[in-house]
Amino acid sequence: MIWDNSFALSIIPLLLQGLWVTVKITLLGTAIAAALGLVLAVVRRLAIPVVSPVASFFVIFIRGTPLLVQAYCAYFVLPLYGVSFDAFTTGVVVIGINYSAYMAEVYRSGIEGVPVGQWEASTALSLPRGRVWSRIILPQAFRTVVPMLGNYLIQMFKDSAILSAITVVELMATAQAIGSSSFRYLEPLTLAALLFLAVSYPASQIVNRLERRYAPKH
Amino acid sequence: MRPNTDSPAVAGSAAAGPMVSFDNVSKNWGENHVLKALNFEVRAGEKVSIIGPSGSGKTTILRILMTLETPTQGLVKVDGDVLWDVKAGDRPRETRQMRATRRKIGMVFQQFNLFPHMTALENIMEAPVQVLGMNKGEAKERAVELLNLVGLSKHMDHTPPQMSGGQQQRVAIARALAMRPKVLLFDEPTSALDPELIGEVLNVIRDLAHSTDMTMLMVTHEMRFAEEISDRVVMFDHGRAVESGPPAQIFKDPQEERTRTFLRAVLQH
Ligand SMILES: Nc1ncnc2c1ncn2[C@@H]1O[C@H](COP(=O)(O)OP(=O)(O)OP(=O)(O)O)[C@@H](O)[C@H]1O
Ligand SMILES: [Mg+2]
Repeated sequence: MIWDNSFALSIIPLLLQGLWVTVKITLLGTAIAAALGLVLAVVRRLAIPVVSPVASFFVIFIRGTPLLVQAYCAYFVLPLYGVSFDAFTTGVVVIGINYSAYMAEVYRSGIEGVPVGQWEASTALSLPRGRVWSRIILPQAFRTVVPMLGNYLIQMFKDSAILSAITVVELMATAQAIGSSSFRYLEPLTLAALLFLAVSYPASQIVNRLERRYAPKH
Repeated sequence: MRPNTDSPAVAGSAAAGPMVSFDNVSKNWGENHVLKALNFEVRAGEKVSIIGPSGSGKTTILRILMTLETPTQGLVKVDGDVLWDVKAGDRPRETRQMRATRRKIGMVFQQFNLFPHMTALENIMEAPVQVLGMNKGEAKERAVELLNLVGLSKHMDHTPPQMSGGQQQRVAIARALAMRPKVLLFDEPTSALDPELIGEVLNVIRDLAHSTDMTMLMVTHEMRFAEEISDRVVMFDHGRAVESGPPAQIFKDPQEERTRTFLRAVLQH
């Protein structure tokens, strides 16, 4: 098979549409993962009877099962019980929840990395618990979390290709569709790979910079 | 300069009783009996230094007062209010009463424990704004005053990583003062400092001791300093107050053999 330049050029607009969907999935999924991960981490740390163990089990369950299986369950099994959303929404929620379990661990290490003296100083000043979390502990924990969040964002950007399996028309699904309808896979798949790289490489450079900037200072 | 420590020094204090009292307080870590049925009182306005060998329970006393540690048993009162009332076998929990009483106490830590993501000013304003509900303008005004007091008005907008240990500890003192505690605890406030920075922190504490009615309770290894600023020095050993008296007596004419041995050892350096 020989590379066909004019065919390649002709499919670029379609692929860019797919890329835009991929980017949307990633940004929305990351937002869900960041928020839910924070809730999971704090709930686990608070050691609330029943609630905290449930959160722990949830994290273990999500981390212990493949994203593809979770996506299939959400898209093909949940509708049998009356829970059904379009593929895009399902995809975003599934990948967001999947990553929240990993983010919870990142938050946990960030929270544990805050020296015990910070809690003690907060107690000595009688700061209310909620304020201690929001103004003392979490802002410091975020120093560890921000660069890791960036890494997960890039990973999610690539993992979102898995959602093509539940008919989300993102970049990978678009490339596949072009391939199967034109019987030419070389150009769409190569271009899809290049587009993934064109986003993820600069993004990883930015994350590296963030990592250096947020490196613990003493 | 020195307030008359025999009179109730702080307005609103329970005039008759002591400012701080430990009544039969014990603290065990497993089989390690760190405090043994301790009875210990501090009068309002009194400046007390606690000395004693490592592991004798000095820090534990301050941490129980700051509610950072739970006594195994005993009654602790501050300014007439119950802070801890623990019966044998109890597992005490934080109560409203305890939180209210705790507000009368402040603490300066060995490791400063400033909030590293906030400026000196923000460190000092945080509790007055969040706990006392002071408005920001008022809190800032007061924080600036306090930074002046500790000689750091030029460092208002610096964060802890931009300051020396001595400066950080002075900010920490200002931060504790911002809550207007009746009792201020110091746990070896200069132990983490390079020798050349110790003086500036001791000067601040000395001025404070001489100019306020606040009750001060300090664990220190700076014997000369303890002698200079204290109304009373208490010698601890193995979780007991073995000797207590005016600095002149403790340092010049200790009655207990353990005090003599301890002082001989530390004053040699
Ligand atoms: N969290 C803890 N777990 C177990 N044992 C502890 C804990 N904290 C303190 N101890 C023990 O309690 C005893 C008294 O400790 P404390 O810190 O009060 O001593 P100290 O008089 O302040 O000593 P130093 O001069 O070394 O600071 C020590 O034997 C110590 O090992
Ligand atoms: Mg100590």
